[in-house]
Amino acid sequence: MSLAELICPAGTPAALRTAVDAGADAVYCGFQDATNARNFPGLNFTPAELAEAVAYAHARGTKVLLALNTYPPAGKVDLWRQAADTGARLGVDAFIVADMGVADYIARTHPGTRLHLSVQAAASSPEAIRYYCAHFGVKRVVLPRILTIPEIRQIRKEIPCEIETFIFGNHGLMVEGRCSLTNYLTGQSTNMDGVCSPASDVEYKRHEDGSMSSQLAGFTIDCFGADEKAGYPTICKGRYTAPHRPEGYYAFEEPISLNLSKLLPELIDAGVHAFKIEGRQRSKSYVRGVVTAFRKAVDDIRAGRPADMADLVALTEGQKQTQGAFETKKWR
Amino acid sequence: MTLNATVSQKSPLPGRGIAERLACAVVQPVLSRVVRRIASRHSSLFARLGPHQSTDFLIDPIELPFALHLRPDPQDLVLRAVPRDAAPRAGATIRGRFMLLLELIDSEEDGDAAFFSRDLEVSGDTEAVVRLRNALDDVDGSIAEETAAMFGRPGRAILSRLRRSYIPS
Ligand code: SF4
Repeated sequence: MSLAELICPAGTPAALRTAVDAGADAVYCGFQDATNARNFPGLNFTPAELAEAVAYAHARGTKVLLALNTYPPAGKVDLWRQAADTGARLGVDAFIVADMGVADYIARTHPGTRLHLSVQAAASSPEAIRYYCAHFGVKRVVLPRILTIPEIRQIRKEIPCEIETFIFGNHGLMVEGRCSLTNYLTGQSTNMDGVCSPASDVEYKRHEDGSMSSQLAGFTIDCFGADEKAGYPTICKGRYTAPHRPEGYYAFEEPISLNLSKLLPELIDAGVHAFKIEGRQRSKSYVRGVVTAFRKAVDDIRAGRPADMADLVALTEGQKQTQGAFETKKWR
Repeated sequence: MTLNATVSQKSPLPGRGIAERLACAVVQPVLSRVVRRIASRHSSLFARLGPHQSTDFLIDPIELPFALHLRPDPQDLVLRAVPRDAAPRAGATIRGRFMLLLELIDSEEDGDAAFFSRDLEVSGDTEAVVRLRNALDDVDGSIAEETAAMFGRPGRAILSRLRRSYIPS
């Protein structure tokens, strides 16, 4: 396995081909149902599409990782089992899982298939990660975006599996895998239904003065002035008024995206095996731009050159970027 | 540029309604041909639209004298130019500069980024817009170029002139 693998998102077969052609080492994707955390309307793969996608990727030396990274509600576990069986039959290279029951099923039913622990499992201590490795044979952990590079370096020394970290994209981190904000307003669960701020509950309203408000299930999340950049209609990025802040403020975090392009050498040095680009819900244009830029940066670093990185700020949420906790715990 | 600075809510100038209706009549035969051709060549996009095949979309290129009414129903496909003052009640509206909309259709631009920058405005049924976006994004190749090619050299020349004049904001 190569050092600093580039793990790239694909929401459609065309996006998968775009990612492969732009130099992805692996592409991650999901089925058109609640088994993955990007269960968005019109997105994702049918089994037939995944079969073609696997063939396309494998013919070009790219791996396909199947996200089964939501939590089955009691009594509904069959959907996740069927998805795992289908993925195994189609020859995916690894499953990205969060739920222990799903991990256990795959480990027993499809031994030999790699298991990656999703960021949705929120495993951030060596003890938790070792547990997943020991009991389910997890080969890689996707770390939550709450750790500094020195902490990652230390964890690396204490675990028997590979580490994957996010390097670019959406930065709605809260307590990953445990956020119930959407559930609270819409009744749908990010963790079990696979959707945060379901589009069917989102409404944008343009006002006379040129401002625009975004609403989720009838609750106003934010109101952007006529010349202000906008963000996703997610509750964690909303701007709220409170008695002590009548002007409105970002109670959780502001619309911003993660961009660790400047930290790549340090992350490699800390022992990170794979870099993940967020954004299965984004377009081919995003996939092409971001994958091409990071492919070049990683190749530059591998060749001992300073990374010459394209400016990706136009693709970021709120058109702002951060190095988040990777740089300092005080990032907020 | 922000869209909001550009969208005009003023009442139409005298005679403007006639000009808009004339423009609609001129482009309509072209639109009908284009939409039939795209539907036959990219039939797989209808599956991603799911229940929103019967949704009425209003696509509003702000600098053109008309808007476009799209109903992506494979059994009864509609793409027609409509004067803004006679536009049907739309389930979802997508508004932006013409070339931006064209670049979005071809996935040369990212829809979320255009939304973040406020160059793209959506209203109405957000799920319908997301489905349409994802359906179009799964189309390989360039719909704009296919359309231009239908009209031979003049079509390609117009498209390349439009592209040259388009500066992403
Ligand atoms: S509300 Fe924010 S933190 Fe919670 S699931 Fe959605 S994006 Fe993540």
